[in-house]
Amino acid sequence: MLNISGLKDGVVIDHIQPGGAFEIYNYLKLDKLDCSVAIIKNAKSSKTGKKDIIKIEGPLCVDLDILGAMSPNLTVNIIRDGKIVEKRHLQLPETVTNIFKCRNPRCITSIEQDLTHTFKLADKNTGIYRCIYCEQRYNNRS
Amino acid sequence: MKHVISPLDLSVEELDHILALAEKMYQNPERYAHLCEGKKLATLFYEPSTRTRLSFEAAMMNLGGKVLGFSSADSSSAAKGESVADTIRVISSYADICAMRHPKEGAPLVASQYASIPVINAGDGGHNHPTQTLTDLLTIKSLKSSLDNLTIGLCGDLKFGRTVHSLIRAMIRYKNVKFVMISPDELRIPDYLRTEVLDKQGISYKEVNVLEPVMPELDLLYMTRVQRERFFNEEDYIRLKDSFILDAKKMKYAREDMLVLHPLPRVNEIATEVDHDPRAVYFKQAQFGVYARMALITNLLGLDGDLSC
Repeated sequence: MLNISGLKDGVVIDHIQPGGAFEIYNYLKLDKLDCSVAIIKNAKSSKTGKKDIIKIEGPLCVDLDILGAMSPNLTVNIIRDGKIVEKRHLQLPETVTNIFKCRNPRCITSIEQDLTHTFKLADKNTGIYRCIYCEQRYNNRS
Repeated sequence: MKHVISPLDLSVEELDHILALAEKMYQNPERYAHLCEGKKLATLFYEPSTRTRLSFEAAMMNLGGKVLGFSSADSSSAAKGESVADTIRVISSYADICAMRHPKEGAPLVASQYASIPVINAGDGGHNHPTQTLTDLLTIKSLKSSLDNLTIGLCGDLKFGRTVHSLIRAMIRYKNVKFVMISPDELRIPDYLRTEVLDKQGISYKEVNVLEPVMPELDLLYMTRVQRERFFNEEDYIRLKDSFILDAKKMKYAREDMLVLHPLPRVNEIATEVDHDPRAVYFKQAQFGVYARMALITNLLGLDGDLSC
């Protein structure tokens, strides 16, 4: 088991679907932060077999709810003085705009570059999002 | 201002109102012959269509209105690269209402976001075709007297067939409706329709590969064409296009009051010998399409306020 030292103060984004960490890393622009960031790929998970984890040293002042749309079972833990002080329950946003791209070649967004790529939450229980134009599902499980 | 982009943009109450108006128009067309005088319908057809475009144009003319538009992207400013948003903003100043067909899914929704006139989706790729659904519902209601308690067979291309998807979504809002899906495995309904629509709402349905055994169960048989333009692969198209052909022999298994519907155009999925069977109502269905569109145009233009009697 890979050992990464525990955080004193910071944020742990856990239970990211395997391979999903870099999408979240890029969305949160973690490369711009002047602090330690650890990405753990394919960590063992008793629930799902494998998962990705991101550990960020220091506070993170962004709307984290959008992460739920990117990776449905993801959890966020806030760490202070080495202890989990908050387990953040993500509320799936009703719509997400320009976070994912619709990949349906038949969608109007494939030819009209100025259109926003907007997805609507189709099912709260399963976290399925669909393009508002063509209803193509955003595949956040692949 | 209301647009009709998806069949579900109309509530059951609105649908009932429009269908009732369409039935009145069918019974007494002269009464409505001047209703839209001075109004213009723009038909923005970015891909070829005979039936739907002419049906819209006939509908507006039957109401005394006028029609302008184009019938392919090549003959429109789209060929110069104009966006749907810009086109509709301009057309909004030329016409009172517009019907749009576009090969890309969602184009009419984009148009509705920028239009200052009502937009009717006249078919967007393999996605929605609400006025075909309205036509189907009017046909069923007129010939079966009710939209409740029906077992509907859907046959052919159920994967890419937008008319089938729209019909399923519209019919599940009525009581005790069951579906029998008859298609090759490759052309079964999309998973999301099965899980997010049918299963979620507890609708009774079954999926089979053979037509004859289920024919006696059906109140309606909705046939569809296997459309070449929906396939990326020519080999798949050729292999599947003749999979389910309805002929006089298969019609012998059907009940005497079963109706055969088809959105048309038909290629070879219904043998021409079936045309003489009184249960084959697909040409009647095309006729109902004009009245369905007349009622919808009247409703969206707000001209049906004093037509209740």
